[in-house]
Amino acid sequence: MLRRLHSEQPDSFAFTPANQAWAEAQMTKYPEGRQASAVIPILWRAQEQEGWISKPALEYVADMLGMAYIRVLEVASFYFMFQLQPTGSVAHVQICGTTSCMICGAEDLIAVCKDKIAPKPHMLSADGKFSWEEVECLGSCTNAPMAQIGKDYFEDLTTASFSKLLEDLGAGKPVVPGPMNGRYAAEPKGGLTSLTEYEAGKPQYNASAELATRIGDSVKRIQGDEVPLLTPWIGKNGVVAGRAAADPTPAAPARPKPAAKQAEEAKKAPAKKSAAAEPAQPEAAAAAVTVEEQPEVLTAARDGKPDNLKLLKGVGPKLEETLNSLGFYHYDQIAAWTDAQVAWVDARLKFKGRIERDGWIAQAKQLAAGEETDFAKAAKKDGRYED
Amino acid sequence: MLKDQDRIFTNLYGMHERTLAGAKKRGHWDGTAGIIEKGRDWIIQTMKDSGLRGRGGAGFPTGLKWSFMPKESDGRPSYLVINADESEPGTCKDREIMRHDPHTLIEGALIASFAMKAHTCYIYLRGEYIREREALQAAIDEAYDNGLLGKNAAGSGWDFDCFLHHGAGAYICGEETALIESLEGKKGMPRMKPPFPAGAGLYGCPTTVNNVESIAVVPTILRRGAQWFAGFGRPNNAGTKLFAISGHVNNPCVVEEAMSISFEELIEKHCGGIRGGWDNLLAVIPGGSSVPCVRGEKMRDAIMDFDYLRGELGSGLGTAAVIVMDKQTDIVKAIWRLSKFYKHESCGQCTPCREGTGWMMRVMDRLVKGEADLEEIDMLWDVTKQVEGHTICALGDAAAWPIQGLIRNFREEIEDRIKARKTGRMGAMAAE
Repeated sequence: MLRRLHSEQPDSFAFTPANQAWAEAQMTKYPEGRQASAVIPILWRAQEQEGWISKPALEYVADMLGMAYIRVLEVASFYFMFQLQPTGSVAHVQICGTTSCMICGAEDLIAVCKDKIAPKPHMLSADGKFSWEEVECLGSCTNAPMAQIGKDYFEDLTTASFSKLLEDLGAGKPVVPGPMNGRYAAEPKGGLTSLTEYEAGKPQYNASAELATRIGDSVKRIQGDEVPLLTPWIGKNGVVAGRAAADPTPAAPARPKPAAKQAEEAKKAPAKKSAAAEPAQPEAAAAAVTVEEQPEVLTAARDGKPDNLKLLKGVGPKLEETLNSLGFYHYDQIAAWTDAQVAWVDARLKFKGRIERDGWIAQAKQLAAGEETDFAKAAKKDGRYED
Repeated sequence: MLKDQDRIFTNLYGMHERTLAGAKKRGHWDGTAGIIEKGRDWIIQTMKDSGLRGRGGAGFPTGLKWSFMPKESDGRPSYLVINADESEPGTCKDREIMRHDPHTLIEGALIASFAMKAHTCYIYLRGEYIREREALQAAIDEAYDNGLLGKNAAGSGWDFDCFLHHGAGAYICGEETALIESLEGKKGMPRMKPPFPAGAGLYGCPTTVNNVESIAVVPTILRRGAQWFAGFGRPNNAGTKLFAISGHVNNPCVVEEAMSISFEELIEKHCGGIRGGWDNLLAVIPGGSSVPCVRGEKMRDAIMDFDYLRGELGSGLGTAAVIVMDKQTDIVKAIWRLSKFYKHESCGQCTPCREGTGWMMRVMDRLVKGEADLEEIDMLWDVTKQVEGHTICALGDAAAWPIQGLIRNFREEIEDRIKARKTGRMGAMAAE
């Protein structure tokens, strides 16, 4: 199914500090060099924070994980939970419409959505509070029909209970998820036929509803500070036990060179196939034992006149700020970086490989010499960084 | 009927304590280190002897699958990946394990990983199960805090990590190689086999992908013995099983029962009977959306296990997700909805599936309304045969089978509808 990015995009995206910390913690779940594995959870957190996935968010996540932008876009457009257009400010309502729910009355719930929210899926309601869509099986079939609203499942719905639910949510009243017909979880409605021993002392809510009522974040935009951030897999010594035990950890994939660089090299050495394969190996070995060295830094720009680092392709306002805070204000500083110094900066920018990928050093040399790069020309022409 | 003391998932409905302390009271995490001390070979042999067949739908023997993993590492680590991407329409059993009895799964993950020389396990949970993710993660955190995971997990001497990962709403990621692709941060498109995951799976390393229920029953089987587990069900269909019954029964539910229970007993004991009585039963899909439907009159005496449903009724046990439809159901439309589902969920990699699922849905669209010619029923049948078996993964087959089941069992219903539309008169069936 063709899914495109929304026609109107916001200017920027940034995680809240707590969400940023959460995202970085998720990356530690995967072996070194396999951080791209975290793309779905991190994109999902971006959506939880903003309500939908914008182009700046995709770019932000791509940079964070050292992935090509197209790979992140592929993921966002492939997985249907990613909303590529703005959703209702209160909630996006997802009705399960697959067979079990359909034969138990999901079509009536959809009719309610059409009536109370908007005539078409993914359209915002008149007050902007809600949007809706029909989704495929949500895996709560014995509690059909049901809907997912925000983080929670509202089960065993009727048109009456569903309408009331929408009204309550719209009015900002607290709602309790779970079965809406008095059932506890997935047990037979007519009374337990097994496991009767524990019925008397059961907690007030089933596990899902209990979490929802305790955390209270059903339809909230997630800031990251709702629950404490835990990473128990990182031991007290900072080592992930299972990864240290598996010897060796899986090799990181060889990072492909930037496409432009590959094409350039192919032009230079058209016939030397074997020779082209060889240099790749020492390079990979070198990457494995990269030594970091701190370049010379400044405490402030010389004469109080910093260069416009945004004219380097790959540096935006955010990164410029970071570079400044590290002590880099001038093109000639960047132009002078050695490999070890690049590694030092790379490690602090948390944008793995970007310096090399976008060719900052070559660009900085040109700019420092007073020449113009294509990007700088284009940036000046369209005034993309002018306030 | 299965007695409560023979049930593995004793907190299926979450009415007992859901914490580690509660799990220990119910007998989980009891002597885990002792089980691991008995060694890999003993664990794998016991699993083979128990006769456990994978609970994710295909029913492949679990112990045998584990034995495919390399005995000696060639320098690559091994991985256990637990498939918690429960998305097969009708299936909602793993959800109850993960939110209400999560420690069965975590303990099973440790033991299974040890048996396969894996130090790391990833649980791939479907993205929509957000509270289930929180509940399971809380249980994992608790297990780490108590030394049951991490370095020297549960005092077994085995270093083990269990990570929770999630998807974002793609049914195809329940296919094991698509799941691995997705776990690597890519689109969930299935890989060609061979190489099988046991040879080259996650990050190119030996990997076994098991369903949640298959892993969660492991500790109890090892504690109580292979003979105990093999004692339930007919030969080759051993054990207890979570059944999820949805649709037109009086009390839909998820319940653990012995394999090979009769359909009638399952429905009468736990679901309060068919809505409107047994005479009102039209059709049953006995194993999740991917298996063909069966006519109601054939189902009443059916034995709910792999071999009977496949051999005698031409259907399958699948995930034991039973969808019951009574005579008020528009069966053509019910199957059309499954066609729509498969069209929506086809990953688009193989042409027969990408194009075929859309094609089949559009013909089904017209069959629902009767706006078709009689010959088109056979044409649709032909198309399903051209999709089936011609794709990398089984989604093509899964899309074809429900339609084949419909044509095989309810051809007269479709024909009547077409005739009624043509002549303006209702046929004999539709007039009932």
